[in-house]
Amino acid sequence: MIRFVSLRLLRAVMTVLAVMTFAFLVLRLSGDPAQVLLGPDVPQNIIDDFRADWGLDKPLWQQYLAYLGAILTGDFGLSMRGGAPALDLVLERVPATLMLTIPALLLKLGIGIPAGVYAALHRDSTIDRGVIVLAILGFTVPSFVMGLVLVLIFSIHWHALPSGGFGTWQHAILPAITISVGGIGLLARFSRSAMIEVMGQPYIRTASAKGVKWRDVVRGHALPNAAVPIVTIVGFMVGSLIAGAVVVETIFSWPGIGRLLIVSVSNRDLAVVQCILLLIAAVMVVSNLTVDLLYGLLDPRLRSQPAH
Amino acid sequence: MSFLLEADDLVRIYSGRSGLFGKAQPVRAVDGVSLRLAQGETLGIVGESGSGKSTLGRMLLGVDPAQGGSVCFDGQPMPATGSADWRGLRARMQMVHQDPLAALDRRLTIATQIREPLDIHKIGTEDTRAARVQDLMEAVGLRPDQADRYPHELSGGQRQRVVIARALASDPDMLVCDEPVSALDVSIQAQVVNLLRTLQQQTGLGMVFISHDLKVVRNLCDRVAVMYLGRIVEEGPSEELFANPRHPYTQALVSSVPEPGKRLDGRVILQGEPPNPAKRPSGCAFHPRCHMASDICRGVIPELHATGEGRTAACHLVTDATATQVA
Amino acid sequence: MGNLVEIRDLSVAFDGVPVLHGVNLQVAPGEALGLVGESGCGKSVTWLAALGLLPSKATVTGSVTLGQAELVDAPRPSLENIRGGRIAMIFQDPSSALNPVIRVGRQMMEALKLHRDLRGDAARKEALRLMDLVGIPDAKNRFNLYPHEFSGGQCQRIMIAMALAGEPDLLIADEPTTALDATIQAQILDLLARLRAEMQMATVFISHDLGAVAQVCERVCVMYAGRIVEQGPVEQLFSCPRHPYTRGLFDAIPRLDGPRAPLTPIPGTVPDPRNLPAGCAFAPRCSHARDFCHNDRPDLLPQQDGRALACAYPLPEARQHKAAPEQVTS
Repeated sequence: MIRFVSLRLLRAVMTVLAVMTFAFLVLRLSGDPAQVLLGPDVPQNIIDDFRADWGLDKPLWQQYLAYLGAILTGDFGLSMRGGAPALDLVLERVPATLMLTIPALLLKLGIGIPAGVYAALHRDSTIDRGVIVLAILGFTVPSFVMGLVLVLIFSIHWHALPSGGFGTWQHAILPAITISVGGIGLLARFSRSAMIEVMGQPYIRTASAKGVKWRDVVRGHALPNAAVPIVTIVGFMVGSLIAGAVVVETIFSWPGIGRLLIVSVSNRDLAVVQCILLLIAAVMVVSNLTVDLLYGLLDPRLRSQPAH
Repeated sequence: MSFLLEADDLVRIYSGRSGLFGKAQPVRAVDGVSLRLAQGETLGIVGESGSGKSTLGRMLLGVDPAQGGSVCFDGQPMPATGSADWRGLRARMQMVHQDPLAALDRRLTIATQIREPLDIHKIGTEDTRAARVQDLMEAVGLRPDQADRYPHELSGGQRQRVVIARALASDPDMLVCDEPVSALDVSIQAQVVNLLRTLQQQTGLGMVFISHDLKVVRNLCDRVAVMYLGRIVEEGPSEELFANPRHPYTQALVSSVPEPGKRLDGRVILQGEPPNPAKRPSGCAFHPRCHMASDICRGVIPELHATGEGRTAACHLVTDATATQVA
Repeated sequence: MGNLVEIRDLSVAFDGVPVLHGVNLQVAPGEALGLVGESGCGKSVTWLAALGLLPSKATVTGSVTLGQAELVDAPRPSLENIRGGRIAMIFQDPSSALNPVIRVGRQMMEALKLHRDLRGDAARKEALRLMDLVGIPDAKNRFNLYPHEFSGGQCQRIMIAMALAGEPDLLIADEPTTALDATIQAQILDLLARLRAEMQMATVFISHDLGAVAQVCERVCVMYAGRIVEQGPVEQLFSCPRHPYTRGLFDAIPRLDGPRAPLTPIPGTVPDPRNLPAGCAFAPRCSHARDFCHNDRPDLLPQQDGRALACAYPLPEARQHKAAPEQVTS
């Protein structure tokens, strides 16, 4: 067990390191922050000073080592705009993003899984076909289209909900729904196919043959077996709690991590972008790790197997 | 007398891991097996699941490399698995598996698949290959109009005929069949068994027939080796071996075969189950289930020794003199 | 004494394709009945249909009565009481027939709670007793293990124990030994025969293995392409099969004694249910078939010797089935 967890932890650290390195290189190689921040007409000596201040004049590998060293001591650097600590800027935005993504996650779970399970149990019925069509629509329509359609209907046509901005809980409704639609479709499809597969297994027939009530066959015997593939998808969704709202936050002018990321990238605000990517990677990695450990809880066969 | 296939002291050890968190344990799947197969002979290998009979079959073909011991085919040592020489040898030694659907490509017609070995080993010309495919289909009892069918359009028995035709395409000297009729219904099973016998008599190839079905093995095989936990415990001509089994395990195995008209009473019903190969009992691996086991059985692994009439057995209690008495 | 179960004119179709064509079958209390035939002959479907265990695409017509109760089209709750309670069923491949994520003890206790209203310690004690009864060594310490921690043979023992939990009047064993090794097969057959005697429970033993059926059954039905073709006491049927298909099955099995001669297979293959022959379904494979057989279907009719037979030109009564094949084809 310890061996297993430590192996997974090591792999997680390596993943985060790889993301950091990649982000570092791409950002450095894709444009000069001094040019972007100071504008094209600034004299060369001011640009040189700016570079010297931020250490941009040193060779890339020195910058990289310095960056890694700073991260290890908990220093995530300062924003090039305004000079505030990057970590504070980022953490400040986390609650706003979670205000959208957590309700969206609950919607995905609360609608996607029951819809998929219901469709599987009533296979080839009208409802099943309806669920499949809606699910495909859900995850094929891009979120910016979905967002605009919702705004058209609920804000412009019915004047029921605000079309953007931040303030009351009503502001969160349309963006949260927009984020959830794709996930609902995805979860419905995965839950449906997982349940169909499980319902065809011999042990389900055994449970029915011993007189277990239909409802309990589904709940007690089928669902626990269908959980592994569903948990995989849910884990992925939890992993994107931070990063999953970039487009939607932009459409609805929501002051979350996503918008900060867009702005910081276009400004080449290196420390802030790196900090956000690190956070996204960390959340992803932690949720993956949790899913791996959950597998063992859900399926005893993955815990121990007699050697054959 | 020279043999088509000579296997000496074959060993294959798997590293069996018990679960996600467990430690790797060595499992001796095949543990010192020696075999001889003559040209035109059919050798049966019987045993229960976990006895190592399938692993042994793959080792005889060199598909699973031996970790100890050696295999000689037609007097030459088996080339290293995957080498050019080894691949060339594939034309001379072929295999038939239990599940024909898994062994066939569902996107190719059966004629294409039967032809495949001819193309791979560059045997004959375009015309002769087409003619050979026709001959093979006829030999295994497939109709010419079935040539353009796909595997899923055929019945289980017909698919197994396709697999057999493909295995015979390159005119091999040796065929290893691993449970080739186990998935088939009784009436179809008899068709395939008869087919294998006829083909073997016509082509004179040597055949290793691996099966858990003693009745089929006895019907088809000249000689039989009984395996238990990776070792051969008894070997001999099939009629004598089944009529008068000497090793207690063979006795129980023979007795457990349900035959129409034979009641349950009076049969030797073995207690317990074959042990986990990773936890091999000391001494004779069969001793925990053997009603005759004594101290020596628990401590010393019995070697395979001659018991007369071309037979061998690995049991401390079976000697040539006592053979009849134990039986 | 009346019959325990009566099946009358039971037919099953999958998506409109009939696979079972009006089967009539009775099971007496305490009787051991064998159902023999090749894959697709309808031997399992008969009992899955009786218990309402077929998928919803199957249409079932006819009647299955258990005492006064009609099972075909019965409401789900009354079927759920019968399943496992009065009629229990065990299946082929025990390793996948037990729920892989639930501890075996809990799976057993579930059945005890459903049919005998046992809970907690009482259920646990009874479950352990049943596990002992079917020969699970060290049941106490293995009560909380998962199915994959047992061998195939032990899983089948647990399935049997679970089936006994409801103290059923009838146990349907659907190919219970097919997936098991020879020595374990013998153990399970022995166990089934012993339990039937001890518990006076009727058993229906579904198998393609004539040898296994012979060992545990008193009466045998041979099925072909969705119909019963021959039915009779096991000794009679096995010593002198009269339907050419039954006879063909015996001839196709190699023997453990006698000469190692080529086998006598049944030519051809089982017909496609979507495309059944017009007359007797076996006629295209039958060496005795005449014009009548290709055009008309023989009914299952009682014979003077006590068996029932669906053949217009059956093999003669007196001939022993060990006779050489030439005699039969004459």
